[in-house]
Amino acid sequence: MASMRDIRRRIKSVRSTAQITKAMQMVAAAKMRRSQQAALNSRPYSHMLHNMLVSIYTQLENGFFCSPLYSNRPVQKEAVILVTTDKGLCGGLNTNLIREASRFNPESTVFLTAGRKGAQFVHRTKRQLVGEFTFHDAPQYSEARSIVKMATELFLEGKVDKVSIIYPKFKSTMSQTPTTQALLPLTELKPVTDKEYSVDDEDTPETQHSDILFEPSPKALFSALLPHYLNTIVYHVLLEAKACEFSARMVSMKSATDNANSLIKELTIHYNKLRQTGITNQLLEIASATSSLS
Amino acid sequence: MATGLHLKIVTPEGIHWEGDIDSVTLPGREGEMGILPGHIALATQIVAGELTVQQNGTTLFLAVGDGFVKVTSSRVTILTDMAVSAADIDEAQVELAKKQAEARLQQKLSAEEIAAAQSALAQSIALLRVKKTRSK
Repeated sequence: MASMRDIRRRIKSVRSTAQITKAMQMVAAAKMRRSQQAALNSRPYSHMLHNMLVSIYTQLENGFFCSPLYSNRPVQKEAVILVTTDKGLCGGLNTNLIREASRFNPESTVFLTAGRKGAQFVHRTKRQLVGEFTFHDAPQYSEARSIVKMATELFLEGKVDKVSIIYPKFKSTMSQTPTTQALLPLTELKPVTDKEYSVDDEDTPETQHSDILFEPSPKALFSALLPHYLNTIVYHVLLEAKACEFSARMVSMKSATDNANSLIKELTIHYNKLRQTGITNQLLEIASATSSLS
Repeated sequence: MATGLHLKIVTPEGIHWEGDIDSVTLPGREGEMGILPGHIALATQIVAGELTVQQNGTTLFLAVGDGFVKVTSSRVTILTDMAVSAADIDEAQVELAKKQAEARLQQKLSAEEIAAAQSALAQSIALLRVKKTRSK
């Protein structure tokens, strides 16, 4: 049985923990609002860029232009870009991502990581790490560009035959799903129609069968569009990852605060009970002492 | 012939502008390009410059950055890094950005950084030009 002093000490420590988690929750909530907005705002852009690329690609599919980024080789080695957070304390977010990542064969997979947790995982499990990147709370376009540059170089040099990206897809504050998306080769391009985010679905099908005029030339346009497309995709992924991180952190910190508060409540009740028993016992002692004296 | 033209300007920060218009003039890679309703399907690239929108007899001016445009007979979609309406341009801030970009170009940089600085510079110049000629 814990003494009263122990319980008092315990309450004090739980209370200060609650204070810290509460503060972290507030910070995460403020950052979350900003990063969620950024992620959602950039969705139409990246989806429409994607659709534009798809509709141009369908035009070109009949073979008169082919970029090396399209070369579809048998997959012997593949690269995975693993996007995680830098810090923990965000619930199961990183665990889920890492579970997704560990499905890849460690022998034939090399990893590029963005975020420290992913790098730690790759290091700990002795998988092959070829590039470690960081990104800020407000991801920069240049950060995405350097990741893409490395990935495309690996692909073009033939060191890997496939590049995928694992990232948390932001659904809502409460739910983020780890998603694996194939990045290179660009053969499995499907138009995205995501009505929820007001993506222009009329932009895709209607023009696919008519002739599109290209200026200056399909090749020039395409070679400008492709790298830009990849950069945008990765940039968007980084934005989503940040939105997920802050959402997950806010939720987990909120539950931590709630737990701490309920613990404090329980401990306080326990403490009061003990105090009461103590007083009752003392009263009884006094009463019995006086009765034995008289 | 299609009766109207729907314009949508999308940047990574969101949908910047959307509406039914009469015509639009784009800063195309190989010179200015006017788009009227019923245009042939077209995919093209734009450079940093001035975008002019004709809507119900009024003219809107915007400064845009590099980007891509897709045109169908009734719809124009512009995907660009930057889009700012003439009235919203903050001249002092742009001057500062321009100076920074110029200064950055003086330093020794990798090819990529140079490209980034150049595009920032082109954007600033476009912003300034639109501001000077079109505001008021």
